[in-house]
Formats: sequence, structure tokens, C-alpha cells
Amino acid sequence: MGESILTASQAYIPLEAYILVSLIMFFAGVYGFLVRRSVLLMLISVELMLNAADLNFAAINRYLYPEHSEGFFFALFTIAIAACETAVAIAIFINAYRNLQSVKVNSISTLKE
Amino acid sequence: MQYALVILLLPLLNFLVTGLMDTRWKARVAGTISTVAIAVITLLSYVTAYEYFTTRFQDGSYQAFIPFELNWLRFTDTLQVQLGLLLDPISVMMLVVVTTVSLMVHLYSLSYMKGERGFERYYAFLSLFTFSMLGLVVATNIFQMYIFWELVGVSSYLLIGFYYTRPAAVAAAKKAFIVTRFADLFFLAGILLLSYYTQTFDFTALTSGDGRMFGTIGSLTFMGGSVLSWAMALIFIGGAGKSALFPLHIWLPDAMEGPTPVSALIHAATMVVAGVYLVARLFPVYAVQTPEVLHGIAYTGLFTALFSAVIACVQTDIKRVLAFSTISQIGFMMVGLGVSGYGAHEGLGYMASLFHLFTHAMFKALLFLGAGSVIHAVHSNSMDDMGQLRKRMPVTHLTFLVACLAIAGIPPFSGFFSKDEILAAAFHFSPPVGWILSGIAGLTAFYMFRLYYNIFWNDKPPTSRHAEHPVHESPALMTLPLIVLALITLVAGFIPFGRFVTSDRGLYTISLDWQVAASSILIALAGIGLATVLYRRNNDKPARLKLKFAGLHEAATHRFYIDEIYLFLTKKVVFNSISRPLAWFDRHIVDGFMNLLATVSNRVSVRIKGIQSGHIQQYAWVFLFATLAIAGILLFVV
Repeated sequence: MGESILTASQAYIPLEAYILVSLIMFFAGVYGFLVRRSVLLMLISVELMLNAADLNFAAINRYLYPEHSEGFFFALFTIAIAACETAVAIAIFINAYRNLQSVKVNSISTLKE
Repeated sequence: MQYALVILLLPLLNFLVTGLMDTRWKARVAGTISTVAIAVITLLSYVTAYEYFTTRFQDGSYQAFIPFELNWLRFTDTLQVQLGLLLDPISVMMLVVVTTVSLMVHLYSLSYMKGERGFERYYAFLSLFTFSMLGLVVATNIFQMYIFWELVGVSSYLLIGFYYTRPAAVAAAKKAFIVTRFADLFFLAGILLLSYYTQTFDFTALTSGDGRMFGTIGSLTFMGGSVLSWAMALIFIGGAGKSALFPLHIWLPDAMEGPTPVSALIHAATMVVAGVYLVARLFPVYAVQTPEVLHGIAYTGLFTALFSAVIACVQTDIKRVLAFSTISQIGFMMVGLGVSGYGAHEGLGYMASLFHLFTHAMFKALLFLGAGSVIHAVHSNSMDDMGQLRKRMPVTHLTFLVACLAIAGIPPFSGFFSKDEILAAAFHFSPPVGWILSGIAGLTAFYMFRLYYNIFWNDKPPTSRHAEHPVHESPALMTLPLIVLALITLVAGFIPFGRFVTSDRGLYTISLDWQVAASSILIALAGIGLATVLYRRNNDKPARLKLKFAGLHEAATHRFYIDEIYLFLTKKVVFNSISRPLAWFDRHIVDGFMNLLATVSNRVSVRIKGIQSGHIQQYAWVFLFATLAIAGILLFVV
């Protein structure tokens, strides 16, 4: 199946393009995670990093191992995990806000005590 | 004779029951139950003695008999420890002595200790003591004896410290325990040496007269003596500790802080003769294999007897006088054993020593109980608060007089016969020893009658206590044991002791050596006469004598500074030169190393605490750069 697509389209997008996009997404996520002070934005950054990884899974599976499909399933799996993670994270944020009246990450540092 | 086991088990059971019930019972119940239990075992002991001495005489000697034995600890095929009952003439005699005195003390205490706080505890401890002492005397092997030996030490400690709110009693209990325990260390070393080479703990095997088992140990030498001699000497040191022989006697006078009946039972009649009993138990080994150790025992006993008799002459606390007198009399017994040989006729000293043990137990218990009766009436231990009591306490007075005459060696009281045999044996061994011993017997008569006159005669000005508290005779429960013991003291001298206890378990007919007897009676009378002149009426002669011999009097009052020497040795020498450097090493080097570890980790954690900021983004930075660094290393370096 993959074979036919590859041969059909002459000017196809190379794998490097996908990896480049995913790299940008990932480091955008890293940057956001490191510099944003709002936990919500940090959560979004985490999602961005996850999605970058998903993109890599899908692209590499498609280009390098077209006869297998573990990469796709893994991407799907990660999306499901990310959804759960988001639910849990937002629940934590709500509780943190109730206790600390803030969702700034600087103010959530009581764990060290 | 399986029922002999009951003699051992009943006091143990009673100890457990009274001890566990403690104050949940009325005091009277605990006392009564204990006394009844002791009465039962006393009766059983008499039955045992009767049956043993009538049925176990075969082939010209009494046969040792083991009615019960249990293989208790099996370590290896050769190292096994038995628990059992060994009945032979001396253990049966001791059964009778211990149970009789114990019964008297139990009866007496019912009244003497009445209303005392911890009355039930007192009876529990008495039962524990009786159990341990009986276990000690019937031990079939030296290891079992050692176990009960320690138990006896513990119960002695508990009873001396019975008034645990009094600091003096607590200190005395501690002292007694430490001193005897220190001696027991040597005892243990001796046991290990002896049993390592002979491959047995068993008394029957050790004393069977089979010289082959001592082949190895007898031929090995260590510092000029054979290892066997060392082992036997070490075992004797253990006995010397319990029997308060010089220089390990220091605990016994202080032990008088305990209740008086306890002194009568433990520190006069039973526990303190454990050392004598131990030597008697191993006597065939001492006499045949190591006569030089036996002679050492004789001289130790002789010196102890003299030394403590001198001190007894100047003490003013009546219980202390009796304590030193006890030490002195134990010295007599040790001399008796030490000068004895093994065999029918040579064994006179052995027989005499155990005879003296028997009679002494009775009359010394009587003396202590009498002193207790006086203390009960006067509420003081000091001679200075007493005097003129003979009309007010007629029963105590008479029984005390009987005991004094017995210990002084006046016929027909029991002490005369036993002491006379010891003197005869000593003269037979060497005349100088005999003369010194006779002199000590004279001193004994002197200090006992000094005590007697000071309590019952001497019209000293009455102290204030007398005025507000009219002194009267003690209740019947206290005078009854006095009367019983006085009767025993009256007749015990006529027991043909040689028919029961001899060194080779055969028969021996006591024949009084009238030459020795006459001289010893004369010396005793001289001692009594001197005491009569000095102390019968209040006069200034004792004071003048005291001035004349001021140095000696001062030294004797301070017990020849032995306690001070001990304190110097322990506090100044041992503590300062050994314990303090060790403590310094422990505190600064051992603890110091540990403290260093703790301090370093503490400081380091304070320094790196800042890293744990709690700011999650900082962690993320660290994580990121660490990951990049590791990736870089993996890519470019590896």
C-alpha cells in the first residue's frame, strides 16, 4: 500500500521536513515549558512536545517501515495518554488554585518543605 | 526418694505464685502460704534425711544417690549439662540446715515484718532464695551449682536491697552483688579450666577418686603451678567471695542493711557457707590432687578468722558484730577443711568443719533472730541505745545467752563440740595453727560476751527512746523460733556427726581430745571473764583501754581500712588510669568519628539545599541541560 503512494507522487515531502517541523514543535514546547509562568501555558507546552513526538512516530513509521504499523498505534496511544494527563493536570491546577489562589508556577513551590 | 524433687519445686512454685499475685493478696495470705510451703519441704527434708541415712549405707560407706536427673542442655556429644538432684551425706545435711533455718525465719518474719511495705514481695524473695540455695546444695554437677550460685547471689541482692528507698541499703545490695559477682568470675574461669581438661562437670565423676581424668590437667603447668591447681584455686576464689573470706569479705558487714531475718537466713546460716560447701563438695580433688591449694585455703581461713574477730571486738552496731563474727566462724570452717586430709582418720578436719557449719548455722541464726528481736524492741542497731534488757526481754535474753555460750565454746552447747574438733584437727596439722585458732576462739568468746553484756546488762544511762517506748518482750511468733533454735543448739552437740558426714563417706567415731578441750574451755572462760569485768557494769575501763590502744582501736573500728583500699584501688587506680582513658577514647575517637560523619553530611546538605528550590521550571532546566549534555557525550565522546 505504502509502496504505491510513494511511487505515485513524484514531488513528495521528504522525511526531513516532518522531522524539522516536529523539532520546531518540540523545542517550542521546551521553551514554553521553561519560560512560561502560567501552569496552563506550561501544560499546553507539554502537549506540544507530546504532539511533536507523535508526529515523529507517524512520519518515521510511514517513511522507514511502511510494512509495519506500531508507530501509528503508538501515536494513538500517546494521544489517549495525553488526554488523561490533561484531565489530571487540570484537576491538580484547580485544587492548587483553591489552595494558593494562584496558577503561577513560582508560587507553587511548597512541595520542597 | 523421688519426692525429694518436691523440696526443690515447691519454693519455686511459691515464689512464682506469691511474686505474681503480689499485692492482690492480703499480706497475711502470702506470708501464711509461704510459711506452710516451707514447713512442708522442711518435713520432706527430714524424711529424706532419715530415709537416706537409714537405707543408703552399703559396703562401709554412704552411697551417693541421684533420684532425678534431666539432660538439660545438649551442645555436643561431650558438652552436656544436666540438672538433677544429688543426695549424699553433705547435701542431705545441708537440706536439713537450709530448710530448718528457712522455716524459722519464715515464722519469725510473719511477726517481724508485719505491716512492712512490700511484705508479699519479701516472702516471694525468701522463697526464691530458698529455692536457689536448695538447688545449689543438691546440684549434681558444677555447672548446675554455678547457675544456682548466681541465683543465690541475685536473691541475696534483692533481699539486702529490700528497703530500696534507703540509699544505704541500695548501696549495700550493689556492693554485695558486685563483690560476689567479681569472685564468681574466677569461679567460672576455674569451672571452664577444670571441665575443659577433665571433660566432665559431674561431681560424682570428679570426686570418684579416679586420678586418670586429671592426667592432662595435672601435668600441664602454668606459672609454677599445675593447671589443676590454678583451676581449683580459682574455684576456691569463687567460694571465698560468697563466704566473705578476706579480702572479699567487705560486702558482708554492709549486707546488714537488709531486714534482720534475712541476715539470719542468708548472711549467717546458708548462703555464706556456700563457699565451705563448695570446697567440701570438691574435697577429694583438693585433698588428693592439690594439697597445696588446700593449705592455701587453710591459711586464708586462719587469717580471715583472726582479722574479723579483732574487728568484731570494737564494732558498736550489734548486727555488724554478728556479721564479723560470721566471717570469723567461716574462717574456722575453712581452716577445718584446709587442715584435713582425705580418709577415715585423716578426715577429722572435714567432718569437724561440716559439723561446725551445721551447729553454727543454728546458733548464728539464733543470734541474728535474737538481735532482731532486740532491735524490734529498741528501734536501734546501736549498743549504746541498749542495756538492762534482761528483765524486760527474758526469752530473748535466755536464748541469746545460749547462743553466746555455744559460739564461745562452752560445753554442753553445740559450738563447743564442733569447734573443739576443728581445734583438734588444727593441732594435728600444725601446733602453731592450733594455738592461733585457740586464741581466736578466746577472742570470739570475748566479743560475743561484750555484745551480750552491752545488750542485756550494762546499766548505761537510758536514752530518750527508752523513756517514751517501754521495751517489752517480742510477740510469741518471734520468740518461738528463738526457743526452737536454742533447743537445737542445746542438743546438736550430741549428734554423732561422724556417723553421717565424713570425708570418705564412711563412719568415724568422734572422740573428744580432752587436752585440747580443756585448753579451749579455759581460753573461752578467760575471754568471757574479761568481757564480764569490762562490760557487765558501766565503768570507765573500756574507755581507758581504748585510749591505751588508740591506734589499734581506730584501725579496727575502720575495719583496717580495707574498704578504703578497695575504694582507692577502684576509684583512683582503675577509674583514673584505665576507665578514664578508655572513656576518653570512646568519647573522642569512636564517637568523634561518628560525629564527624554526621557533621559532614549535615554541612553538605545545608549547602546543596538551595538546589531543591521547589520551582519546577528550575528542575526542568537542569533536566534539559543534563539530557543535552548526556546526549552530547553519547554522540561525540563515546
